[in-house]
Amino acid sequence: MYCEECKQKPAAVHLTQVYNGNIIQSHLCEECAAKKGGFIFDPGNKFSIPNLLSSIFGNSYGIDPNPMTEIKTCPGCGMNFNDIRKTGKLGCNQCYQIFAKEMEPTLRRIHGNSQHIGKIPSRGGEKVLLRKQLDNLKTRLQEAVNSEEYEKAAEIRDNIKEMESKLA
Amino acid sequence: MSIENILNSASVKWMESEEGQDIVISSRIRLARNLMDLPFPLRLDQKAGHECLQRVKAVCQEEMPAVLNEVEFSGFDQLNILDRRILAEKHLISPDHAESNSSFGAVLLNKDGSLSTMVNEEDHLRIQCLLPGLQLAAGYELAQHMDDFLESKLEYAFDERYGYLTSCPTNVGTGLRASVMLHLPAMQMTGQTSQILQNIGQLGMTVRGLYGEGTEATGNFFQMSNQTTMGQTEEEICNHLQAVTEQIVEQERVLRERMKIELKYQLEDKVGRALGILNHARIINSTEALTLLSDVRLGIDLGILSGIQPYALNQLIVSIRPAHLQKDVAQEMDALQRDIKRAEIIQEQIKGIK
Repeated sequence: MYCEECKQKPAAVHLTQVYNGNIIQSHLCEECAAKKGGFIFDPGNKFSIPNLLSSIFGNSYGIDPNPMTEIKTCPGCGMNFNDIRKTGKLGCNQCYQIFAKEMEPTLRRIHGNSQHIGKIPSRGGEKVLLRKQLDNLKTRLQEAVNSEEYEKAAEIRDNIKEMESKLA
Repeated sequence: MSIENILNSASVKWMESEEGQDIVISSRIRLARNLMDLPFPLRLDQKAGHECLQRVKAVCQEEMPAVLNEVEFSGFDQLNILDRRILAEKHLISPDHAESNSSFGAVLLNKDGSLSTMVNEEDHLRIQCLLPGLQLAAGYELAQHMDDFLESKLEYAFDERYGYLTSCPTNVGTGLRASVMLHLPAMQMTGQTSQILQNIGQLGMTVRGLYGEGTEATGNFFQMSNQTTMGQTEEEICNHLQAVTEQIVEQERVLRERMKIELKYQLEDKVGRALGILNHARIINSTEALTLLSDVRLGIDLGILSGIQPYALNQLIVSIRPAHLQKDVAQEMDALQRDIKRAEIIQEQIKGIK
């Protein structure tokens, strides 16, 4: 793939930006990307994903202007949000909770407005699994009521009650 | 020992292309996973790093399903830098993992090299399945077996909303990166790659060179993979990539057929010249070799040339990489010596092509 700007060099920078739900894609060579600005560049270094990511993090968009939050460190790994911005990486699973608010715009920019709907580990994921099954049952209950199958609805209702007690 | 066989063998599973697998060379599934209560590799100290390594090692000593085909643990203390570079050139580990000096790095490989799990690369576990041709569903199934096995013994970092938690936020969710290795000479020759590959971005795919992130598309090889890892199920991601791949394959085929008719002489000239240079060059660098071998491969695919099997060409493009050359002669070589050795190996392998 060639750079969209100069159409001569291979595109080395692939940027996806999401603005109000519209996806904007840019494919540029390093030089044109540097000219366009908007990214943090280290001309001595090869362009890398961490650099690109830290520039995504670095955008004022995702940063809490309150300096107090800058000092907040993760008890799991000792990272603060500045470290995450610099490396483009999180330090441990707790970071996702600790910096949930700060990470929100970044995650939205990468993945759009979505959440995980894929595989769930059977271990540690039991509750999640139960909750998914519960949602499923509730939908079926509504369907049964709608089609006036009350016997079936009563059965599903009992199942729901049982599951809710397990989750509690 | 699986690892010894894999290091010494010219072939691993993904290279075993058969007829009809001339455009999609291989399919890869990668799942990123982390353990629950340890910092990600970036923040691992010696103690926690070894703890992670020991836990994974212990799991590998347990009885595992036959479908995994005898996965074995190899710590980086058993693999020198040359061995690791060989694994990287065979696409079994990433170049970054090969170069890392981490004392708690490891790789879990099975007998035929179809399953390869990197330990303590960017994430604690990177489960990979590599198969020849377009086999994303089969690859996902095998990777899934490995994932289920590891998960039955290890507790993963998982969040209801964010899914599998990964060091880099671009992998969070399914942790799944599905990719295909494509050989697209006709598209490249007719100047259509940039346009088509640009449109791919709009379909949620990214394209990279032969050795992944940051590498160039040498020899008309492209790696296409899904861009986002969250918001779709694993099956959707694989199906989507499969559908886009099939369309690109179709385009490439149409172009090849047209070139065969409309550019018959130019094509035969190009292929013939490539074979001529490869047969007679005494010094050849890696980029030139890959470019010319791509032309020869196209010649074989189109029936202009014959006398070599697709799997042998796959093996050849890996065996002329620097670490493989070095292992072959069992000593350090400078660039010139490598280029001479490369020319020799190529001549030996392509002498049957007519």
